[in-house]
Amino acid sequence: MKAASFDYVRAASITEACELLRQDGGDVKLIAGGQSLTPMMAMRLTRPSRLVDINEIDALKFIKLDNNTARIGACTRQCVVAADNALAARVPLLRRALAWVGHTQTRNRGTLGGSLAHADPAAELPLVAQVLDARLQIRSTSGTRTLPASEFFIGPLTTALEAHECLEEIYWPVWTEHRTGCAFTEVSRRHGDFAIIEACAQIAVDADGRCMRASFGLGGGGTIPLAFPALAATLIGTQLDDAVLKGVTQDAAAELDPGGDLHASAGYRKHLAAVLATRVLRAAYDEAYGKA
Amino acid sequence: MSDKLYPVAIEVNGTRRTLQVPARLSLVDCLRDELRLTGTHIGCEHGICGACSVLLDGEPVRSCLMFAVQADGHKVTTVEGLANTDGTPGILQDSFCEKHALQCGYCTPGMLIAAHALLAEIKQPTDAEIRVAIGGNLCRCTGYQQIVDAVKLAAARLSTQATDGFKNG
Ligand code: FES
Ligand code: FES
Repeated sequence: MKAASFDYVRAASITEACELLRQDGGDVKLIAGGQSLTPMMAMRLTRPSRLVDINEIDALKFIKLDNNTARIGACTRQCVVAADNALAARVPLLRRALAWVGHTQTRNRGTLGGSLAHADPAAELPLVAQVLDARLQIRSTSGTRTLPASEFFIGPLTTALEAHECLEEIYWPVWTEHRTGCAFTEVSRRHGDFAIIEACAQIAVDADGRCMRASFGLGGGGTIPLAFPALAATLIGTQLDDAVLKGVTQDAAAELDPGGDLHASAGYRKHLAAVLATRVLRAAYDEAYGKA
Repeated sequence: MSDKLYPVAIEVNGTRRTLQVPARLSLVDCLRDELRLTGTHIGCEHGICGACSVLLDGEPVRSCLMFAVQADGHKVTTVEGLANTDGTPGILQDSFCEKHALQCGYCTPGMLIAAHALLAEIKQPTDAEIRVAIGGNLCRCTGYQQIVDAVKLAAARLSTQATDGFKNG
């Protein structure tokens, strides 16, 4: 046994989970898929006195679609999110990103909400949440509140979630423009690892290939993954020619503050950020324009 | 150690097992130390190597990334459960021997579980699909190629068996 001792409670409902969190004060932790929490406990980087297990709460596992949003329950497994064709038709970036998240064995257990609430600075799903401007609904015994991704992620492994709160569901805006394309890419030491740098983009164009809507972001280059709405807005009306793209992606990379480590220096990460941002913007544009 | 004990009931390889476990006992420790099913291996114990892979309700997961209490009420299949009912190696296992898909054998239970789950979903996987399926499993000996060959051989054998069965039945 590697983890420190703790008490275990399996919550039967989200109400019960919130009640348990409220009673317990600071030292209690929710466990969803546990693909990050369990190793941290094994290495004793964290030692909660009590785990509240939300894995058996079916009400937290759903994908509900309408024309403008996709709502996904926080405890929906990553493999279920990746496999849903109707979801992929509306929010294709989720499936694209999930191909880079861990491996079959971890996606079978890992959850959408767990990855967001864990908030690793180089994780894929938080980046998609930033780029698509997802909204996160949070529950506690005193009710619910909803935050945009831009206010949810605060720092490495740190979110706006209070100790007594539980992420309940995530709203993903659906882009209804017919000519919409997206792309996700990253560089990592091995496929399935957290990224050295990751990038994703979504673009909608008109029949003449003029950009109508654009969003892109970068992760791994700082404390949280970032979207660049102001820079993306400068792409509107352009056809993403090389000069425009170069300016925008270099400005984006300049906003990053990556650290260096044994895998990659800070300078290499910055360089990579501009390269990967260019690639995803180009790929998303080509996919969008390629649609008849 | 005065850890509180929790009653759990897990269906392991088709048999219901009940036991009392401390909350911090991982599923892999439970399988190996409490149930003496030592086929499942422990490598890294923090979700990197895949040696501890088992099927949880039919899906491959890493048993070092779960606590045994969380498996209460669920079904677990370990590598022991992949053998034929008389204990002889199943077709996939035999194909691993045939193609020299193991040397030290440390990664093998995890590879078998990953490959078994793949073949349950895709009857004739491509090389790329096989590589993705075993992508979360590290092997320090084989260089992986023989493992890919073994999975292909098993897929071919299983499909002949299915056709034969169809003809005969
Ligand atoms: S022992 Fe579980 S992944 Fe290595
Ligand atoms: S056979 Fe030795 S680790 Fe794979």
